[in-house]
Amino acid sequence: MMDSAATNGTSNAPIALETNGVTKIYGSGDNQVVAVNQVSIRVLAGEFVALVGPSGSGKTTLLAVLAGLLRPTSGSVWIDGQELSRMSDGQRTRFRREKIGFTFQANNLVPYLTALENVELMVRLTGACKSECRERSVELLTRLGLGDRLHYLPRQLSGGQQQRVAIARALIHSPAVVLADEPTASLDSERAFQVVETFANLIHLERRAGIMVTHDMRLCRFVDRIVRMRDGQVAHIITDRAEIDALAKGE
Amino acid sequence: MGAYLAFKELWRNKGRFLLVSMVIALITMLVLFVAGLAEGLGLGNIEYLSKLNADLLVYQKDTELSIAASRIGLSRLNDIRRVEGVKAVGPLAFHRVTIVSGPTMLGIARRPLDVTMIRVEPGQPGEPPVVSGEQLKNTRGKDAIIDRNVALRTGYGVGDVFTVKVIQGTKEQFYPLKVVGVTDGRQYSIQPSIIVPYLTGEEIRPKSEVEFGPRADLDCNVVAVQLVNPAERNFMKERLESLVSGIEAVDIPTAYQATPGYAAQQGTLNTQRYFALLIGVLVLGGFFQIQTLQKVPQIGVLKAIGVSNLTIASAAMFQIVMVTCLGVFLGGALTLMLSLALPPVVPISFTGSQVGLALGSLLVIGPLGGLVSVRYSLRVEPLVALGLNQ
Repeated sequence: MMDSAATNGTSNAPIALETNGVTKIYGSGDNQVVAVNQVSIRVLAGEFVALVGPSGSGKTTLLAVLAGLLRPTSGSVWIDGQELSRMSDGQRTRFRREKIGFTFQANNLVPYLTALENVELMVRLTGACKSECRERSVELLTRLGLGDRLHYLPRQLSGGQQQRVAIARALIHSPAVVLADEPTASLDSERAFQVVETFANLIHLERRAGIMVTHDMRLCRFVDRIVRMRDGQVAHIITDRAEIDALAKGE
Repeated sequence: MGAYLAFKELWRNKGRFLLVSMVIALITMLVLFVAGLAEGLGLGNIEYLSKLNADLLVYQKDTELSIAASRIGLSRLNDIRRVEGVKAVGPLAFHRVTIVSGPTMLGIARRPLDVTMIRVEPGQPGEPPVVSGEQLKNTRGKDAIIDRNVALRTGYGVGDVFTVKVIQGTKEQFYPLKVVGVTDGRQYSIQPSIIVPYLTGEEIRPKSEVEFGPRADLDCNVVAVQLVNPAERNFMKERLESLVSGIEAVDIPTAYQATPGYAAQQGTLNTQRYFALLIGVLVLGGFFQIQTLQKVPQIGVLKAIGVSNLTIASAAMFQIVMVTCLGVFLGGALTLMLSLALPPVVPISFTGSQVGLALGSLLVIGPLGGLVSVRYSLRVEPLVALGLNQ
């Protein structure tokens, strides 16, 4: 297993996510494609990890397996002490809404819900959104600089603002793991830095495990660890702060 | 949760959903009007027969239950009257005449009105009960009971005198009749009716050149028969047919369903009604299917963040039901307003059961049409949120 010591004071933190020899094969026979091959990683609570690699390296498939959207062909995924790969479809759906936070590249928000309602949605899925949930939603959105946009619909928000709402939604229900699939793909550089920096700060502050798939190495300056994938395998794990910063600067 | 999502989407896209509701409202109006027309035209054909105060109707044999073709003479009428188990008989004859009276009391000219003149024996089966005025008394009196439709369309009431025009031989003849009573709707052959004493009507009825003048034997088209025991209808039908030669006896529903054109007319109108419902299913199905196709990425994200299939399906179904209910309500209200504005000559009639059935069918078509889109949305994979397809 490839393991690492976190560099942001999380070494004593509990393990939030762990995979053991996860393999995902698409198709069968001659059409077989090994998208993810024997991946074993471990992410601690409060740790922010970047999953990088060229297109087709298996990043998104691995993210789908970690989220319980795909069953691994072999291997196991543990989140918050529960083995995801053994759950039924219904159990995994319930697990996702309780233990996992998500942000996507696009179509992140429900278009007919306001920013505040989009954030509250995650809490409503597991019960009623009472005053505490409303206060926390407002607080999160305000912290993300959207205090004056609470009742705006997604179409009235800029791309960066929409991503920040998605981040608030991913964190509102205190998930064990937050997964982000290229959350800045549709943003300009300045907005992308703002969004990922805010995301990283919240991950650390709220002590959640965060995994972000990205193509943009410059964004790695905000992460604690880089997992580089190639041909479905973990090719390299970078934990050294200086090395991470150097990579982020393109050196 | 499904209702919450559905309501929010409806509320924030009011225009789009209202448009679909308006389409449903128009389909509702179409279905209700076709149903009303079917009922109205049906009533226009069979109203008198369907309300007939008799248990059996006797026709001349081998006339295929055609009232116009059937002739029953006085002697055969008496034979029927004498059969054991028969309580009362009433000869019925039907003729077309025209009411051509002068202006109203306010000086407004009345338009000629074609009516069915039904000849009955006063106090015998076939004479409808009046809702105002009195029943026919004099077998040769120049009296008439008019049905509600004649009263509405001519303005005549009890005590008024009107004139009917008939062709006898080659000449137009005019006969004054006094309104002694008004009965409820008793249309026959898509015309309102006047009911006159049998012998009075014999004098008034249209006649050909040949029979113009006194006749040796009176006849009627059919005979209304009341039984001592109405429960023995089938037995009495057979008894009558075996004891009286040359007749065919049927119960009242069989009689009015055999009215020429009635079955074909109802079949045509019902086909229109079913097609309108089918169009409704297709329009609704198409709309919600297109909407679902547009929402596939959004549904994928919802599923990825943990929204269950049940919530997705219930949200879709809630929307469909709400949109359908609103459309049916709007359509029902518009139909009601329009029907109140229609003149009484338009043969549209709404009954509680028929409107209920039409509205029930319309409420079913929404969810039925939306089932395909619900099924489709359930099949959307959450992986689409990540741009993956399994």
